[in-house]
Amino acid sequence: MTREEIESREDESMMDAPQINKPKPEEFFNVNYLRIYYGKRTLFPYSDIHKWLSYGHDGKHPGCDEYYFGRREFSFTLENDVYLRYKSFKNASSMEDAIRSHFPYKIDIGAVYSVDPDKRHAYSQTGSNVFTPVERELVFDIDITDYDDVRYCCSGADVCSKCWPLMTVAIKVIHTSLTEDFGFKHILWVFSGRRGVHCWVCDPKARRMTNEQRSAVAEYFRVYKGNENNARKVALMGYSLHPFLARSYVDYLKGFFEGELQATQSIFSTKDKYEKILAMISDEDIQSELRGKWENSARSSLSEEAISLVRWEQLKNTLQSKKHKAPTLRMCVEEIVFTFTYPRIDLEVSKQMNHLLKAPFCVHPKTGRVCVPIDPNNCDDFDPLAVPTLSQLIEEINSGGSRMDVDDDDDSDTSLLGKSIKFFRSSFLEPLLKSCKEEIESSYKTKIGKSKDSLSW
Amino acid sequence: MEVIRSQKRTPSNDTVSNPKIPLYLTAPQMEVRLEEFELFAIDRLRVLKGVSDGLARGRNPKEMDDLVDTLWKEHMRDPDASVMLNKDIISHFVLRLVYCRSDELKKWFLSMETALFRHRFRLQNFEAQRAIVGEFGLPYKAVTGAELEGLKERLGQVVRSLGQISPTVEAVYYKVPFEEVPDLVASRRVLIQKGFAFVAGSQLVSLVVTQFRSHISKALILTNRKWTTTIREREKDRLTPIVEALSTSYLGPDYSQSTEYAEISLKDIDQVAKSSFPLCMRHLFEKVREDHHLKHGGRMQLGLFLKGVGLKLDDALAFWRAEFTKKVGSERFDKEYAYSIRHNYGKEGKRTDYTPYACQKIILSAPGAGDHHGCPYRHFSEDNLRAALGRMGLSSRGMEGVMDQVRNKHYQLACTMTFEAVYGTSCDAGINHPNQYFEESQKILKSKTPPAPV
Repeated sequence: MTREEIESREDESMMDAPQINKPKPEEFFNVNYLRIYYGKRTLFPYSDIHKWLSYGHDGKHPGCDEYYFGRREFSFTLENDVYLRYKSFKNASSMEDAIRSHFPYKIDIGAVYSVDPDKRHAYSQTGSNVFTPVERELVFDIDITDYDDVRYCCSGADVCSKCWPLMTVAIKVIHTSLTEDFGFKHILWVFSGRRGVHCWVCDPKARRMTNEQRSAVAEYFRVYKGNENNARKVALMGYSLHPFLARSYVDYLKGFFEGELQATQSIFSTKDKYEKILAMISDEDIQSELRGKWENSARSSLSEEAISLVRWEQLKNTLQSKKHKAPTLRMCVEEIVFTFTYPRIDLEVSKQMNHLLKAPFCVHPKTGRVCVPIDPNNCDDFDPLAVPTLSQLIEEINSGGSRMDVDDDDDSDTSLLGKSIKFFRSSFLEPLLKSCKEEIESSYKTKIGKSKDSLSW
Repeated sequence: MEVIRSQKRTPSNDTVSNPKIPLYLTAPQMEVRLEEFELFAIDRLRVLKGVSDGLARGRNPKEMDDLVDTLWKEHMRDPDASVMLNKDIISHFVLRLVYCRSDELKKWFLSMETALFRHRFRLQNFEAQRAIVGEFGLPYKAVTGAELEGLKERLGQVVRSLGQISPTVEAVYYKVPFEEVPDLVASRRVLIQKGFAFVAGSQLVSLVVTQFRSHISKALILTNRKWTTTIREREKDRLTPIVEALSTSYLGPDYSQSTEYAEISLKDIDQVAKSSFPLCMRHLFEKVREDHHLKHGGRMQLGLFLKGVGLKLDDALAFWRAEFTKKVGSERFDKEYAYSIRHNYGKEGKRTDYTPYACQKIILSAPGAGDHHGCPYRHFSEDNLRAALGRMGLSSRGMEGVMDQVRNKHYQLACTMTFEAVYGTSCDAGINHPNQYFEESQKILKSKTPPAPV
């Protein structure tokens, strides 16, 4: 399957209207492919997922909670939109069996509850809520359709190399904050399969956060407050940016806006486009001044990108000299940059412990792509259009191609999925499990109150 | 807490670990003499009333700190520190009993105790504040020295981002796990680094005060339950009468019992309205004369005021009847209005003797279309207010001072300034009750006019 073919498939994303000469959606995603994907032991990484969600409670240490994995909620979405909630599994093999008997189109991961979700009705629920979430990763969902008002290359479900960088910048901003500001260490970023990214923060501290605390972190990240009613959707008050926003601006957003964004989106090149930006300046005189300059300029010799850059400079200079006119102009330049580049997370996903989120390594039904992890330290290199699809994986197997044995320690594994699974293990799972085991050991020791000396006679 | 009659004071075995401000987390295990029960509470009530006055007069936080300091020293101090502490604790718990008994009382008590706590906290030194924070069981650690230096620039950025142009990075910051301060995190009011939020001393005050307030609020509900189910009945011959008496003196005189200064008769009423009524009541009175009617809010506000001013029930009935019958007829008056006038005087229904409204209540009311009650300084448009003040005889210079206070939402100060302008004297106490305005006014006028020849 060549890249061109993949790209042309990407152009027809909707499953409804059957069209002549276009490959049917079933060709890159269908139940048979799913059977193979979940049927083979070497594709969907069952044991890695199980190890991850067990967080070290593998029963090998006396301090382990052997029922921990069994209290995690999963949900399956089957063919024909049949939805099965509150599924839970004792161990990896029962999870495997369940997936292999249903071949779900989508698998979601929920919270760890106080009792097996499967058995929640067996416990009487008088007064105090016995069935309640106890742990859950801190999660974020960023979807590029939330940026439709600032991207001109695509809209809706589409995504391309011109607008994907918005996701890259979002990952950088949020990841830096999660590690530097909040001190989190075990963070997994995952491609959502079509047009966005998910983030799973798995530190013990994060898993135990209350809804109120999750909401606080989501609000901390929130800058964009847009709807159709206001033209100025980012309002930065005060006399300077909060250090978090300042760092994001200086380290990522400014450079991205003045560089890559201008090249790919040319946000000043046409009247429609620049009017949108002028509307963000809350001073009619400045708006007219700039409009006057731009309406009449006949710079046909310059590229769209060059025109945009020139106009951006003009806007900055004008605002610099006039920003003392009103408090709302003080950080107008920054506001424009933030409007176009700052991450827009889906607040509702993050705020509640019981919110379900798609599992990594699922396959997206509309694109056939696997939801593979993204390396936050190399996210510039991630290309959503080069992510392996189901049909590619199947073809690889059929052609008897590269070694499918991903359990091999050989770093030169070149199978399509093997690289992602290796990355998942080495960058995320292993450090996580190491730290989990340490935590289980130390809390066990504290509980027992034993010291080495007490064993000596 | 055990209340005893004996003259001897048993030594208190209440060991308080440290804080100068008790948190009133649990009822003290000590014995209290019956006389102290009442006296301590009254002293504390004077402090709370002073706080209430200060807030109503729009004092800024620093002024409130000083006011609280003065009030506390005046009413609650004792040379023996442990006696002072006991008085503090006992008086608080007694007042809980008094003020748990209705929503309005609870609200007032909660506000005043919280304000009192806030300003006492602000007056403490850094060490004492830390100790108090520790008492709440909050995991806050102070940031000092090199660590603070390293953060100064970014802390300044946070302050500037919140709207302060030249950042004053405070002397004290606390390092707190970010989970403890979700509100501050959500609104980006703190610097966060490696999982810790750096909370300024001033932000800490509001956090601690929030904890305090929430605790007292819950406690009042529990106290109310205990009061209504057991204590009130059990103590009906001993503590209950004391408790019930204490709450009626909560805003100073309530003017429900008129004094000899204030007795007026029907024939004087027009003249007295012009000379001694505050603007709110003058307006209502004029409207009654003009429209021969007032809606319910107005009838309550004016009617109770007149009661406080000394108008007897029979005269009140005659007054309202004279006006209303011009519009609605005698039969309807008797049927629809006379009853509620008698009700106000405690002659019907529950037979509660309703008290005239204080400024606070009047300011907070919400007059709608066709209403004339409320506080003109708040509820009138600027033009109407100027016109009304002009009719009261204010010069344009006097008016500016008043309008200035109005713009700053200090409605009672505006009324006080009006008083001072009309009578040419200063009113240091400040107006906080229409009947007080009336009484003060009458005092001045009577001292100026020689007694009429018999």
